[in-house]
Amino acid sequence: MQISDQLTQYLFSGLATGAIYALIGLGFAIIYNATGIINFAQGEFVMLGGMFTVTLINTTGLHPGVAVPCAIILTTVVGILFERLAIRPLKSATPLSLVIITIGGSILIRGIAMLFWDKDTHALPGFSGDEPITIYGASLMPQHLWIFAVTIVVIGMSKIFFSYTISGKAMRACSYNIRAASLIGIDVRRMVLFAFIISSAMGSLAGIIIAPLTMTSYDVGIMIGIKGFCAAIIGGMSSGFGTVLGGLLLGVLESLGAGLVSSGYKDAIAFVILLLILFIRPQGLFKKAETERV
Amino acid sequence: MRTRLITGILSAVLLSVFLGSSLALAAEPIKIGGLFSVTGPASFLGEPERNTAQMVVDEINAAGGIKGRKLQLIAYDTQGDSTKAKQLVNKLIKNDKVVAIVGPSTTGDSMAIIGDVERAGIPLVSCAAGSKITDPVKKWVFKTAQNDGLAVEKIFDYLKKMKISHVAILTVSDGFGSSGREQLKAKAAKYGIKLVVDDTYGPKDTDMTPQLTKIRSSQAQAIICWGTNPGPAVIARNVKQLGIKLPLFMSHGVSSKKFIELAGDAAEGIILPSGRVIVSDVLPQQDKQKKSLISFVKDYQKHYKAEGDHFGGHAWDAIMLLKGAIERGGVTPAGIRDALEKTVNFAGIGGVFTFSRTDHAGLTKDAFVLVQVKNRDWALVK
Repeated sequence: MQISDQLTQYLFSGLATGAIYALIGLGFAIIYNATGIINFAQGEFVMLGGMFTVTLINTTGLHPGVAVPCAIILTTVVGILFERLAIRPLKSATPLSLVIITIGGSILIRGIAMLFWDKDTHALPGFSGDEPITIYGASLMPQHLWIFAVTIVVIGMSKIFFSYTISGKAMRACSYNIRAASLIGIDVRRMVLFAFIISSAMGSLAGIIIAPLTMTSYDVGIMIGIKGFCAAIIGGMSSGFGTVLGGLLLGVLESLGAGLVSSGYKDAIAFVILLLILFIRPQGLFKKAETERV
Repeated sequence: MRTRLITGILSAVLLSVFLGSSLALAAEPIKIGGLFSVTGPASFLGEPERNTAQMVVDEINAAGGIKGRKLQLIAYDTQGDSTKAKQLVNKLIKNDKVVAIVGPSTTGDSMAIIGDVERAGIPLVSCAAGSKITDPVKKWVFKTAQNDGLAVEKIFDYLKKMKISHVAILTVSDGFGSSGREQLKAKAAKYGIKLVVDDTYGPKDTDMTPQLTKIRSSQAQAIICWGTNPGPAVIARNVKQLGIKLPLFMSHGVSSKKFIELAGDAAEGIILPSGRVIVSDVLPQQDKQKKSLISFVKDYQKHYKAEGDHFGGHAWDAIMLLKGAIERGGVTPAGIRDALEKTVNFAGIGGVFTFSRTDHAGLTKDAFVLVQVKNRDWALVK
C-alpha cells in the first residue's frame, strides 16, 4: 500500500462527499439569493427525498426509475407547502425571524417524519450495482459516479437557468435588490416560491442519490444540512461555482483530516474552516468584497 | 310499579356498594416503576423495553399475579435525558410509592439516578450495559444488560484461538463506543493482542473510507468495529468497497436483523458476539436459556408483530428477576433487594444470572455466543 494510493483514496472519497455537500449548499444559496433568508429546513428536504424513495420502492414496489421522480415531486410539494404556510403569510417579517421560522419548520418536518415513518435507518440498493471500481489505485462505488454525474448536470442546468431564462434572470434580480426588482415588474413572491421549488427538488435529489451509500433515516437532515450550509458559506452564498468549490474543498479537507491527522477532528475541521471564513472572509473565499456606496 | 322501580334502584346501589367494598378488600396491586427512553436518541432501547415490561406484567397478572396480588407497572419516558430521569425517579419513589424500579435504558440515565435510589432504599434493576453501574457494587442497584467487557473477551478469546495478534479498532465517538474502546484497550494485553490502529468515527458519519484506508496500510490482521447502527453498516460497505480482506468483527451493538438488512451483501462473513435471542431457534436443546428465549420471542411476536430483541430481553429479565425476588422475599423494598441478591442460576434472555454480595451484574462471558453472518442470516460460530 503506497502513500500515493492512500492519498488518491482520500482525495476521491473527499470529492465524492464534497459533491454531496455542494448539491445541498446550492439549495441554501438559491433560497438565500431569492429571499435573503437562510433556510435551515434544507437538510429536511434531503431527508424527505431519501425517505420517500425508500417508501415508494419498498411499499409499492415501484421501479427506481419511477420512484425517484415521484419522490422528488412529493418533496417539492412539501417545499411549496412550507413556503405557502410558513414563509408567505408573514408579510413584513425580518429575515432573522424568517430564519428562526425555518429552524422551527425543520424540527416540525423531522418530528412528523419520525411519526410517519419510524426511527430506524433504511437502505436503498445502489442504482447500478455494488461492485467497486478502481481508479488510479482508489476504489469507488458505482454510486459515486452517479453522484459526480448528477452534481455536474445539476450545476450545468442551474447555470443555464440563471443566465439564460427570464425566470432565472428575474431571480438574480431579486438577489441584487428586491425592491428594485419589484419596481420593474418582477413578481417577487412568485420568485420566492420558485426558489423553494428549485431548492427542495435539488435537496431531495441529493438525498436520493446519497441514500444507497450513506443510508437514510428521519434525522439525517441535521448534520448534512449543516455541512451543506458550510459549503455555501465557503462559496460566499453564490448559486454557482463558488458553492460547488466550497463543497468539494470541505469534503477533501475532511477526508484528508480523518485519514492523515485523526478522525476525531473530522467535524472540527469543517467547523473551524466555517468559523475562520466567517471571521476573515465573510463574503466567501471566491468573491471580491463588495463595497457599499454611500 | 313505582315501588318496584325503587327497589330495583336500591338493590342496584346496594349491590354496587357491596361490590365496591369487596374490591377494596382484595389486595392492592404491587407497584413497580419503569424508566425507559421511549423517545429520543436511545428510543431503539427504550421502546422494546417498555413494550416487553408491559407484556410480561400483563402475563403475570393474567396468570393470577404474585401470591394473589396483581402487579402494576408505572412506566415513564426519560427521553434519554438524565435530568428527566432524575425528576421521574423521584416521582416514582415519592408520589407513586413503588417498591422497585426497572430501567433506565441508558448508562447515563442509570448513573444519574443511583444516588436517589440508594438514599430512598428502593431496589433498581437497570437495563443499561455500562459496567460502572454495578462496579463498584452499590447496595440497591442491579443490572441485566451484559457488560461490554464480556463481549470484548469473547472476541479476544476467538482471536487468540485464530492466532491473530495485530488488531485495528474503529469505535464510534459516543457513550457506547468509548466504553467499548476502553474495554478493548484494557483487555488487549491480557490476550497478547496489540492494537496497531486505534481510530474513531462520528455517530452520524457517512463515509469511513479514510479511516479504513489507514487501517489497510497498517499491519492489522483483523478489524474490530464498535458501534450501533447505522455506522457499522457503512463500515461493512466501505470495507467491501476498498477490497479489504481482513476478518471484520463487530460489537453486540448491531446484533439484529436490521444490520444485515442495512449492510446487505457486505455483511457476509462478519463475526460478532451476541446474546442468544437472535439465534434462539438454532440453539442446542440442552441450552439452559432456550425455554425462556423461545417463549419471549413468541410472545413478543404475538403482541407487537415484531421480532423480540436483546433490548426487550433486558426488561424481560428485570421483571422476571423481580417476580422471583417478590415471591421469595415479600413485597417490601428491603425484602426484594435481599432476595434479588440471592438469585442463583436464573436462566433469562441475556444469560444465566447469579447475583451475590460482590456481583450485581450476575453474568459471565458465556452470556455471549459468537455469531457469523451467513446467507443473510445468523449462524453460530463453533
